[in-house]
Amino acid sequence: MENNLLLTYLIFIPLVGGLIILFVKNNKIALIKNLGLFFSLVAFIISLVIYFQFDSNNSDFQFIHKFKWIEGINVFYFVGIDGISLLLILLTTFITPLTLISSWSSIEHKVKEFTFFMLVLETGMLGVFASLDLFLFYIFWEAMLIPMYFIIGIWGGKERIYAAIKFFLYTMLGSLLMLVAIIWLAVYAGKITGGFTTDFTELLKIAPSIARDLQLWMFLAFALSFAIKVPLFPFHTWLPDAHVQAPTAGSVILAGVLLKMGTYGLLRFNLPLFPDATLILAPYISVLAVIGIIYGALVAMVQTDMKKLVAYSSVSHLGFVVLGIFAITTESIQGAVIQMVNHGLSTGALFLLVGVVYERTHTREIAEYGGIAKVVPFFAFSLLFASLSSIGLPGLNGFIGEFLILLGSFKSGVLNSWWFTVFAASGVIFAAVYLLWMYQRVVFGELKNPKLEKLTDMNSREIFVMIPIFIFIVWIGIYPSTFLNITEKATKKVIYQVNNPINVSNNQSK
Amino acid sequence: MFNNLQEFYFFLPVILLSAGILISVTIELYSKKSVISLSWFSVVLFFIVGILSLATIDSKSVILQNMVATGGYVNIFYALFNFTGMIVCLLSVDYLKKYDALFGEYYILLQTSVLGMMLMAAAKDLFVIFLGLELMSVSFYVLAGINRKRGSAIEASLKYFLLGAFATGFIVYGIALIYGTAETTSLDVIASKFIQLSNNLLFITGVLLFLIGFSFKIAAFPFHMWVPDVYQGSPSTISAFFSTGGKTAAFAAIIVSLFALFTSGASKIITPYLSVISVLSMFFGSIVAISQTNIKRMLAYSSISNAGYLLIGLAAGNSEGIAGVIFYLTAYTLMNLGAFGIVSIIESKEEKNLDIYDYSGLSNKQPLLSALLSLLMFSLAGIPPFAGFFGKYYIFMAAIKSDLTILAILGVLSSVISVYFYLRIVVLLYFKESQYDLNVLKTNSGMIALYISSLLIVILGIFPGKFLSIINSTL
Repeated sequence: MENNLLLTYLIFIPLVGGLIILFVKNNKIALIKNLGLFFSLVAFIISLVIYFQFDSNNSDFQFIHKFKWIEGINVFYFVGIDGISLLLILLTTFITPLTLISSWSSIEHKVKEFTFFMLVLETGMLGVFASLDLFLFYIFWEAMLIPMYFIIGIWGGKERIYAAIKFFLYTMLGSLLMLVAIIWLAVYAGKITGGFTTDFTELLKIAPSIARDLQLWMFLAFALSFAIKVPLFPFHTWLPDAHVQAPTAGSVILAGVLLKMGTYGLLRFNLPLFPDATLILAPYISVLAVIGIIYGALVAMVQTDMKKLVAYSSVSHLGFVVLGIFAITTESIQGAVIQMVNHGLSTGALFLLVGVVYERTHTREIAEYGGIAKVVPFFAFSLLFASLSSIGLPGLNGFIGEFLILLGSFKSGVLNSWWFTVFAASGVIFAAVYLLWMYQRVVFGELKNPKLEKLTDMNSREIFVMIPIFIFIVWIGIYPSTFLNITEKATKKVIYQVNNPINVSNNQSK
Repeated sequence: MFNNLQEFYFFLPVILLSAGILISVTIELYSKKSVISLSWFSVVLFFIVGILSLATIDSKSVILQNMVATGGYVNIFYALFNFTGMIVCLLSVDYLKKYDALFGEYYILLQTSVLGMMLMAAAKDLFVIFLGLELMSVSFYVLAGINRKRGSAIEASLKYFLLGAFATGFIVYGIALIYGTAETTSLDVIASKFIQLSNNLLFITGVLLFLIGFSFKIAAFPFHMWVPDVYQGSPSTISAFFSTGGKTAAFAAIIVSLFALFTSGASKIITPYLSVISVLSMFFGSIVAISQTNIKRMLAYSSISNAGYLLIGLAAGNSEGIAGVIFYLTAYTLMNLGAFGIVSIIESKEEKNLDIYDYSGLSNKQPLLSALLSLLMFSLAGIPPFAGFFGKYYIFMAAIKSDLTILAILGVLSSVISVYFYLRIVVLLYFKESQYDLNVLKTNSGMIALYISSLLIVILGIFPGKFLSIINSTL
């Protein structure tokens, strides 16, 4: 197969940009910011080119670039995308420039380091979504921890150190067990075919034939790593800390893209590699997902800090995504993928908006606000729009994702019980409660806090950041086919792989 | 002595270093400013011998009446020891000035200890191992206390000497039992008789005593008691040397003496022993390091825990394990030379600035040193894309191939614990504000040493393939 270098350019352009920025003098802040934005925009343009060249009728991996990377252990540099990864790559390249613009004035010290880490982070995220060799995937997956760790730790809030370390240790614990599982798989493949390999497309032919008991262990090792990242209840405790302490840009990236790496991993690796284990464990994981939906919503309801509220709403929304994935129907998985994008857009917007007022008042306590609708009309409108999108109002993006997931889980033969749908649907109602209640307390009512009278409305830069997000929120809400078409073939392929594991060797598994 | 010119040529790295030592002694005798000239002479000498070792890597043979092996992985070890020596010399040039410890002997002892290490790696006979070991150890005892005005250095030296001599006793007793049962000291002959001798209790006791003796030298739990005190009390550059060169040499000795075992699969007899001390070392080192506030003590416990990871490679008992150990030893040498190097640069007179809290907010004043130290900490913690990660990956892979998956799982769990204390340094460097001004004297020679180590860590992390295939081709 012919190598296509486009994807490699896309992955490494931000890194190259970051390295170039390191050589700029510290005091040339404007130049550093512009360079950062420039490189993230170049990445965005390349991803658009990839989008237009992408053939959504083809279920195979496209834009493949493959060469032998490490001779001794047969590791390839192997990248390629299907519809699912394409959508998430677009999300990444779309969100990164927006976060850089949004932090134009909020990041004041160590601007160079900040821009550098953001660009390195982008390379890491793109690499995770494009890798088709498990070793390469793991490298990106882990290396990405370093920039995020610094972003939380240097530019974060009061408890940033605790949050940064907790984030790092949690993720590390999960992913190291996945590393053992990856090596085990590679060694297993070596015993069967005679060649140690971490090539995902090769492992797809071998892994499904692993004996069921072992498959369960492998599945759990992978799933633990992804579940911590998602985060699935009860592995979510790092998330509120990390979100609340991270600077706005960090929270947006964290919610917008990083969490999706967990759900992406479940969909990309767990389902097709371990189909037997998937079918056995799907109901249990779905139970955790539903608990997460309700628990996240209930905890969000009682938060007094806006950012914490949005953070817990993430636990709830990501619960929907996991439910969608493990219902294993075309509708639910497509809904899950679209919901990943939705959550990135609407939660990203919510974090940005919280950041907007926080920058002015330096408080996120809901009780400190009230009655600001007249003072900052643009902000009030944007917050309403983002909240409605997050709630899942028909006509906006959230509705499409949640509807498809609920529909799919209702039909699901794997879950085989409509209780999942009933409980998950209650999460939608709770979402309306906690978000609208927050909106009411922040925006409506009487203006009691005298400090708020001088609150300035969103400036043109902040509005400029919101507009593209809102466009996509409406677009997905009204005409989701644009996006569903991209993922349809890839989704069907995953479902086929789960339901028809290639039993190469029944004898070996017994 | 040499049968022909080719043997002489094969043995040239050792001969060259020995000649260098004689020249150094002469310089020391007749030159008044010997310290300066000797330091640069040693750098050049180590560099030349190191390059020569790599250049003659294909000279695989056994020479000197089956006493010494040349070529192959032996030469990789040669290069590693000389590289370590070179970096330590570069770091020492300005470090010694801080303590007014300008002794020419310092560099001569570095050279003799490297010679000892080379003999250990090249040995084909138990006597040669013992010879190399003593040459190295005696030089080490003196080096630990080279700064004779400091009480802590003398304490370190004495402690090291007493426990080191104790360990040597184990090794000699082990050798005696092996000789008594196998009736030879030639490693090849012992290897060929190993299976039939493995029922002989005396022989197995001998092998175990031999291993226990070396467990002291590699700083494995429960034979680690000397490590924290010695690393803390010795000059920082010498601690760097102990933790890298000393450990590598001891591992080299274990590998050469038991190599036949590891490749023939007969190592199952010693696997339980290796596995147990490996797991204990990893967890003991990682857990105790968390409570350390002296950075040299912290690195000492990290060194104990790293001995554990390396032992996994030996316990795996296959050629991947050996290759993994050699790779990880290289990565570990680079990482520890860098880490102790930065410690030695930041350290000021009277053993100041050795507390980890002295590093608070260092990134504001010393962005470059902080960035390098963070890189080293991430690599030590085993985070990709640095060399430390790949070394661990390869060792775990070897363990899983030998169906020792549990060792790999315990290994990664201990890694997670160790992340905590490695990252604490990064936390202090970047996330905390400095309490007081730290006067750091960055020197060119020291910085060159740091650049070389850090650059190699990144290169070996991203492109390990080339080095790995060199190692594999020599096994």
